[in-house]
Amino acid sequence: MADKVLMKGNEAIAEAAIIAGCRHYFGYPITPQTEIAAYMAKRMPKIGGCFLQAESEIAAINMVYGVASTGHRVMTSSSSPGISLKGEGLSYLAGADLPSLIVNVQRGGPGLGGIQPSQSDYYQATKAGGHGDFRMIVLAPASVQEMADLTVKGFELADTYRMTSMILADGTMGQMMEPVSLDLDVKPAPEKPWATTGTNLEREHNIVNSLFLSPEKLEEENFKRYERYKYIEENEAMYEEYMMDDAEICIAAFGIAARVAKNAINEARAQGIKVGLIRPITLWPFPNAPFKKAAESVKQIISVELSMGQMIDDIKLASECRVPVTLCNRVGGMIPSPEQVLEAIIEANNGGAK
Amino acid sequence: MVVFDKPHALADVPLHYCPGCTHGIVHRLVAEVIDELGIEGKTVGIAPVGCSVMAYDYFNCDMIEAAHGRAPAVATGVKRALPENIVFTYQGDGDLASIGMAETVHSAARNENITVIFINNAIYGMTGGQMAPTSLPGQVTQTSPYGRDVNHCGYPVKVCEMLSKLDGPEYLERVAVNNVKNVKAAKKAIKKAFQNQVEGKGFSLVEVVSSCPTNWGMTPKKALEWIDEKMIPYYPLGVYKDRTAESEGK
Amino acid sequence: MATTQYLFAGFGGQGILFSGKFLAYKGLTEEKQVSWLPSYGPEMRGGTASCSVIISDTPVGSPIVSKPDVLIAMNLPSLDKYEDAVVSGGTIYVDSTLIERKVKRTDVTVHYIPATGLANENGMPTLANMIIVGKILGESNQFTDDSINAALGKVISARHADMLDFNLKALNLGKNN
Repeated sequence: MADKVLMKGNEAIAEAAIIAGCRHYFGYPITPQTEIAAYMAKRMPKIGGCFLQAESEIAAINMVYGVASTGHRVMTSSSSPGISLKGEGLSYLAGADLPSLIVNVQRGGPGLGGIQPSQSDYYQATKAGGHGDFRMIVLAPASVQEMADLTVKGFELADTYRMTSMILADGTMGQMMEPVSLDLDVKPAPEKPWATTGTNLEREHNIVNSLFLSPEKLEEENFKRYERYKYIEENEAMYEEYMMDDAEICIAAFGIAARVAKNAINEARAQGIKVGLIRPITLWPFPNAPFKKAAESVKQIISVELSMGQMIDDIKLASECRVPVTLCNRVGGMIPSPEQVLEAIIEANNGGAK
Repeated sequence: MVVFDKPHALADVPLHYCPGCTHGIVHRLVAEVIDELGIEGKTVGIAPVGCSVMAYDYFNCDMIEAAHGRAPAVATGVKRALPENIVFTYQGDGDLASIGMAETVHSAARNENITVIFINNAIYGMTGGQMAPTSLPGQVTQTSPYGRDVNHCGYPVKVCEMLSKLDGPEYLERVAVNNVKNVKAAKKAIKKAFQNQVEGKGFSLVEVVSSCPTNWGMTPKKALEWIDEKMIPYYPLGVYKDRTAESEGK
Repeated sequence: MATTQYLFAGFGGQGILFSGKFLAYKGLTEEKQVSWLPSYGPEMRGGTASCSVIISDTPVGSPIVSKPDVLIAMNLPSLDKYEDAVVSGGTIYVDSTLIERKVKRTDVTVHYIPATGLANENGMPTLANMIIVGKILGESNQFTDDSINAALGKVISARHADMLDFNLKALNLGKNN
């Protein structure tokens, strides 16, 4: 472990982005993710990169749009209220098929909400990042190491599929320190012949655009995009299974909730209860397969969330409602305790929960 | 002998603008300047939302379509990624002075080394003639049917005057394109705004007082006269800031 | 000792986060699994600050310490808030300069260290936190010079290298108290 350093999750994202070749970062201060901006402000000038504090989250996402148009790797980060402001830009990035990496270190909402951890932007990230039909690849790290690994992965997926990758973390993941190895494997970025870098009078001009006034053409663009999405759904879903082999009860949780759930599962196993965990790592594409499979053998699925129950919808769809899916949650910046999750497991084991 | 031709930087396609609209003139001036400076191959233009939304089809350089008001932020991103390239935005009054005011002011304050072409025709054209941030007091529009009442919805925004109070911007000039003399002056200003960028001087904005005969409800000729009669008295032409000239004591 | 969960609590400015970080780094140099989670927000600026540190032989699950094995209480509000959370059989370290009352629990081990007083007397007013950490390491047979030096090297930047000796001195003061 000699090569490991202790790092905050936010800092791990920033350093991993630099390792992935990102040299442009734009952001606006908001708790609990400001360490990313602070880290970039310190590092970027020393490596010939650009850190710029934008006048607003709206400006920041549009600066991202500008850099993405040139084909360079670029990112911004924010927390829940700031991501709402970026919603416009996320839609335009999708409409113009531009790759970018967006980080949301979630805090409680709605409105100004609070600054403590939350997962209540799940819907926003996976279903409604902005107006129009579009998707983002949504990655949910559950450790500081994954904050780094999934940042690199996020850039690669964004480039491969010409779309936005979002890291959906929360205040805990951003603030906690864990040992992390920054010996990251980065694949070279693909060619980007579509980028607006100047024609050099050697080719037709490139246009980065999301405006299609002809409905036939706009429909065709949407169909093409969704073919790509279909391929992603079939090929890029990531998840972790923990003690699922003989599980009779399945916990579903991502990010910090999965960490808490593991404690509860270990305790429940010590009491002889057969319970396991499916932890989605990609929230979009959602890992349907393991839930479909689990629904054949478990008697109940418990979704542990820091929200009023958002991922639970996708679990019900994936499991085709063949077993009861219940919610174990805290909101507003509160985090379920292992005891609360254990209680839900015991209740399920006794056949209590419906 | 060819005595008049399309600039190379201007695409050989029909423009969608209304008869008598001055967008065509300004497009041509921009394209001529790009040709004369020999920068087409390294120029990236940013089109706005508004009547000139499809400008990306009209210039032969690489083009990006921005969200409404965000062109200066997009241009900032492009210029920071490609500092050797030439980056310009082309924006109307609703785009630049209303929804995109923050992006305008802050890109100017940062002295981003970009060129901004700002079309001020005192109206929202594309959506059918609503009151703009630059609509004149008393001006009748679809959303100010009794004339712009400054007690109710405030006064027009004078962009050059406002930005001139900032330390950041390099060059601010207001021109018009309603007669040959003014068009020539406009060309000179636009060229300077691009030349400044080539020389690394920083944020250069040219406000072009323009006409919108369709939404003003006038003939093209009457609209050009209205610029002289109403627009220019409220929006005086001239150089509002030229840092280089000032520092050279000119 | 498979897993030890520490909760450091006190005022902002007492070095709560720093001492937690030191302990985590010490664990890391000993090839343990570690996590460090601070409280964050406005309370960092003068209010109460706390910090969860977990050091384990197995992967750390939740990084949130709600039932500490070891509580370090550096002011009265922290002791009031967290005393009952400590596991039965756990340990509480109290800065007795700043906390006059005694611990009410009878099922835990308690160490009273006049850390702030000792720090002031020894010309290191900002290092009461490290005096207590020295005591913890001494009491739990973890006062290993190699990993202490390695961890100090990690948490003290080169710019503040002059602080290394003070920190070592503070740790020793605590151990021998």
